[in-house]
Amino acid sequence: MTEHALASLSAELDDVSLARSRDLRRQRITTVIRYTVLTLVGLIMIYPLVWLIGASFKTNSEIFANPGFWPQNPTIDGYIKGWKTSTPYSFGTFFLNTLWIVLPKMIGTAISCTAVAYGFARFEFPFKKLLFATLIATLLLPNVVTRIPQYLLFRDLGWLDTFLPLWVPSALAGDAFFVFMLVQFLRAIPRDMEEAARVDGANTWQVLVFIIIPLLMPALISVCLFQFMWTMNDFLGPLIYISSVEKFPVSLALKLSIDTTEAFEWNRVLAMSVLALTPALAVFFLAQKYFIDGISAGGIKG
Amino acid sequence: MSGDSRYLGLLYLSPYILGLLVFTTVPFVISLYLSFTDYNLMSAPIFTGLDNYIRLFTADRTFRKSLWVTLLYVFTTVPLKLAFALFVAVILNSKLKFINVFRTAFYVPSILGGSIAIAVLWRYMFADVGLVNMGLGMIGLEPVNWFGDPVNALFTITLLRLWQFGSAMVIFLAALQSIDKSLYEAAAIDGAGKWKSFVHITLPLITVIFFNLIMQMVQAFQEFNGPYIITQGGPLKATYLLPIYIYDEAFKRFDMGYASAIAWVLFVIIMALTLIAFWSSRHWVYYAGDKRS
Repeated sequence: MTEHALASLSAELDDVSLARSRDLRRQRITTVIRYTVLTLVGLIMIYPLVWLIGASFKTNSEIFANPGFWPQNPTIDGYIKGWKTSTPYSFGTFFLNTLWIVLPKMIGTAISCTAVAYGFARFEFPFKKLLFATLIATLLLPNVVTRIPQYLLFRDLGWLDTFLPLWVPSALAGDAFFVFMLVQFLRAIPRDMEEAARVDGANTWQVLVFIIIPLLMPALISVCLFQFMWTMNDFLGPLIYISSVEKFPVSLALKLSIDTTEAFEWNRVLAMSVLALTPALAVFFLAQKYFIDGISAGGIKG
Repeated sequence: MSGDSRYLGLLYLSPYILGLLVFTTVPFVISLYLSFTDYNLMSAPIFTGLDNYIRLFTADRTFRKSLWVTLLYVFTTVPLKLAFALFVAVILNSKLKFINVFRTAFYVPSILGGSIAIAVLWRYMFADVGLVNMGLGMIGLEPVNWFGDPVNALFTITLLRLWQFGSAMVIFLAALQSIDKSLYEAAAIDGAGKWKSFVHITLPLITVIFFNLIMQMVQAFQEFNGPYIITQGGPLKATYLLPIYIYDEAFKRFDMGYASAIAWVLFVIIMALTLIAFWSSRHWVYYAGDKRS
């Protein structure tokens, strides 16, 4: 009796362990497939960048002959000659111009968007719903339709060939995406501390500066980083508004260098491309967390 | 907060309201007006009624070509990019080691992809003797004429967009990770297979797909850097997307009225598609907490 029971029990156990090991094996196979696909996709994604760095140290003839990463005769010729450019200005000037576009724009964005997001998230006022709807509408509105009148406006103001057309719209909270993102963050922050401060006699401005801004810091860093990246990458804005070479940002300078005779000097163009990507890459790796958090929370653009 | 003036909030909004009026609302209206005029910057705009639009739709072959190419580009690029982003996000959405390494590797291109430096790299990579053709040669394939052939040229621009799938993927991944695991368990108990539970739980929950769809479409319709730098609109205007046509008309030929009319056609197309997407979403987007299921 007992033997029979034991036998059937062990048979059952065998079945269970067989099923479990089959499950395990299947799991292991899917895991292997997952890793293979991910690694392959990752390599395809990253190789152009890796190759770009290698190519910037190659000679012009090797660039079109060697698909590998390592340069056979490494040279920094591309960097030296590329930096000088065929204009009277070096890439030093162009990098400073880019910085001089990016910094005021970033600061203006951070200040104006914080104030506006605070207004939306913490106050009741007439036309609030309508104004919030315009925010969403601006988010979806294609810039292409307002670009020409904006150009005419800046021309009439005498702002052409200055950085003002690039700075001012952002300083007036023109990037609706950031306002939207900050409103989302603010709504998630409990109001206890603000209410306590109000009871103690602080006004709304003091609440904003001493309570809200410190709490918003991570989100504000995300805003600044995104604005930094987008402005570094911006090409059409400077292309329309900036005409003198001495004021060119890096993006326009790169376009200029492929247009002029340097089109045949690929290593110069590629070397300057590496330099142009470096600030964005460095900032990204230093502050990765803020990017991923920002994009998952505000969750739309890219 | 009680005790404050009910207009206090508007004070904080004042920069936004000023910017909205000066840089968005007024330009929006002016642009519509300009589209009915002949305006070359030299003299005041002359009202010409529907002339610009009539010319666009009856006489302008470049416009017809450009519109077709733009639609082709948007309707191949956006679905491909979102499908790929979702595919990778689903693979990443499990307990894997190094998930952060992969996420970073996939995300980096979307940080850099819009830059001129990457467009320059693309232009080199797809050149006749560029990296891609060298790679094809290594595995014994014939080199492809990327920029000389209309279809291939457009495809290189599409690939540049696909390469930037990372940001959409990060959003999808965040949405997938927020899905209540109990839904999967319930489905498993009910005997639903993996595919079924993916289609019935995962897909409907990702309302972000829908939002991404609109945002990506709005962006794709305005693609400029890629075709401007990489293919310069060629060959045979095969990559001459509408934003480049608008730019050329406005800032090279200074035909502001005609350029505004093209911009408005583009705007109406984008708005119509956005509205269709919103309208259709009522039938297929599931909002958590909704009564429908």
